[in-house]
Amino acid sequence: MAIIEVERLEKRYGERAVVDGVSFAVEEGEIFGILGPNGAGKTTTVECLEGLRSRDGGEIRVAGIDPQHNGGELPHVLGVQLQESELPERLTVGEAMSLYSGFYRAPVDWRGLIDELGLSASITTQFRRLSGGQKQRLFIALALVGGPRVAVLDELTTGLDPQARRDTWDLIESVRDRGVTVLMVTHFMEEAQRLCDRLAVIDAGAVVALDTPAGVVARHSGPPRLRFRPSAPVPWTTLENLPGVRSIEATGDQIAITGHTNGHPQSNQHQNQHRHQHRNQHRDEHGHEHRDEHRDEPIVQSVMTALSASGVTAWDLHVDQPTLDDAFLALTGQDLVEGTL
Amino acid sequence: MPPLIRLTAAEARLFFREPLNWSLMLPVAPILLIILGSIPAFREVRDETTGLRMIDQYTPMVVVAGLTILALSMLPQVFAAYREKGVLRRLRTTPVHPSRMLGAHLLLSGAFACGVTIIVLAIARIVFGVPMPENLLGYVLAFVLCALAMLSIGLLLAALAPSGTSAGAVGMILFFPLMFFAGLWIPRSAMNETLLTISDFSPLGAGVQAMQDAAAGDWPQLLHLAVMAGWAVLAGLLAARLFRWE
Repeated sequence: MAIIEVERLEKRYGERAVVDGVSFAVEEGEIFGILGPNGAGKTTTVECLEGLRSRDGGEIRVAGIDPQHNGGELPHVLGVQLQESELPERLTVGEAMSLYSGFYRAPVDWRGLIDELGLSASITTQFRRLSGGQKQRLFIALALVGGPRVAVLDELTTGLDPQARRDTWDLIESVRDRGVTVLMVTHFMEEAQRLCDRLAVIDAGAVVALDTPAGVVARHSGPPRLRFRPSAPVPWTTLENLPGVRSIEATGDQIAITGHTNGHPQSNQHQNQHRHQHRNQHRDEHGHEHRDEHRDEPIVQSVMTALSASGVTAWDLHVDQPTLDDAFLALTGQDLVEGTL
Repeated sequence: MPPLIRLTAAEARLFFREPLNWSLMLPVAPILLIILGSIPAFREVRDETTGLRMIDQYTPMVVVAGLTILALSMLPQVFAAYREKGVLRRLRTTPVHPSRMLGAHLLLSGAFACGVTIIVLAIARIVFGVPMPENLLGYVLAFVLCALAMLSIGLLLAALAPSGTSAGAVGMILFFPLMFFAGLWIPRSAMNETLLTISDFSPLGAGVQAMQDAAAGDWPQLLHLAVMAGWAVLAGLLAARLFRWE
C-alpha cells in the first residue's frame, strides 16, 4: 500500500514553476530517495507534503491525509527532520525530548529512543555544545518521538564529515527497521545508492527517473568499459563477436572494449528523446516498479574467457562500471562533484 | 500539561540559563530607581501644595522603563532569533502551532514586567518613602494598558526584524525616544506645549501621566487610556498581519 502519494504536484513562485507535475508514490516500509541537483525542487516537494507550503496544483496524500487540510492530524503520522532548523542554544537534549514528546498524543518512550540513537550520554548537554553528528541524531529523535508512520529526512548528512555520514546511514536503516517508512532528500549519490530501495530523480521541477538505484543506473548511464594491456596480440574478431561487446579500440599498447548500454543499446544522442519517453511512462505508472530485464552481460567475464583461451594475459586491467553518478549526469546534465566522498 | 504551559516553563528555564539575559533585563529598573533616589535633590519637596518630591514623580517613569526593556528587547530579540534559526519552523511540523510559542513569550514578558514593577514599587515605598498609589485600581488599569501597548509594539518589532540581533538593536534605538516622551530627561510638567502633545499621544507618555494621576488618587484621563489602547490595537493588528513564522 502506498503511504505517500504525490500526483502531478505543482508549485509556482510568481511566474516560475519550481515543481511542475511531480508524481511518485512511496510504499509502506520503504526507504525512498528524492535525488536532484540544487534548486531542482526537491525541498519544495517535501515541504508541500509536510504541510509547510501550499501547493498550486495536483494531489498529495500522506497516510490518506491531505497535508493542506489535515486538521492537525498530519504531525501525528509524519515526523520531519528539517534542513537548517535549529533548537534554542541552551536547551538540553533531555529537555528538548521531554518538551517535544509532550506535544504528541501517543509519543514513543524518548529515553529509549535517544538511547538507541546513542545520545544517552548527552542527555544534559546543551544544544550549542553538540557536534554536527549529535545534532542530526537529535533531529532524527525529534522526528520519531511522536511515533510517526513516515519520517521525512531532508539533506540529513549535508555538512557532516564522512565518518559521521556513514554512522547516520546506519541510523536511517535502523529507522526503517523500527517500521517507519523513510522519505529522504539527498544530493549524495553514494548515499542514495547505499540506502534507497527506490528513488525519484528530480530535475527542473519534474521527475526524470523513478526506479531502484540499480534500475536508474541500468537505464540511464553509459556502457561498461574495460581497458588493459595485452601480453600478446588479441583475437580481434573473436572479441568483436562476443555478445555484449559493442566496439574495440587500440590506443598504443592499450586495448579498450566498450559494451552495450545496459538494457538500452541506444547512443547518447537519443538521450533527450529517451528522457521524455520516461517521463510519460512514469506519469502513467506512477510509482510502480517497472524495471525491465536489462541485458546485464558480464562482458568482463566473457572477454577474459576469450583472452585466456587464446593464451593472452590482460595486464593493468581497468573496469569502468557505470554508477549512479553517471546516470545522474546523463539525466540532469549536471555532475555532482561535491556529492562524491 | 497543556503545550502552552510546557513551553512557558521551558522558555523561562532558558531565560534564566542565559546570565546576560536576566542580569541585563530584570535589574535595570530597580537600579535606576535606586540611583535616582540617591540624588538628594530628588528627595526634596518641590511642590509645597501637593508635597510631591521628584522621586514620587519619577517612580512611574521607572516602572515604564522596566516594562519597555522587557517588551522591546527580550520579546522581539528571542522571537526573531527563533524565526531566523528555524525553531518556529520545526514547531510547525509538530502538533503544536508556533503561535503557542508566541503566547508563552507574552506570558513570560507580562509576568516579568509585573514582577519588576512590584519590586520597583516596594523599593520606592520602603527605601524612599514613596506612598503607595492612592487609586490602586486606576494604577493597575494604567499599568495593564501600558503593558499591552508595549508588548504589541514588541510583537510588531518581532514581526519586522529579520534577525535577533537587529531586533535587539532596533529595540534599543526605540527605547530612548519613547523614554524621552515619558519624561525621563525633561519631566512632563516641564515640557512645552508641542512636546507635551506628542508625549500625550506616545504610549509611555500616556502611561506615565495615567500612573501619576492614579498615584495621586485621581482616575487616569480618558485620553491617556485611549492612547494606550489605541497603540495596543494598532500595533497588535499590524503585527498579526505582518507576522511570519519563517
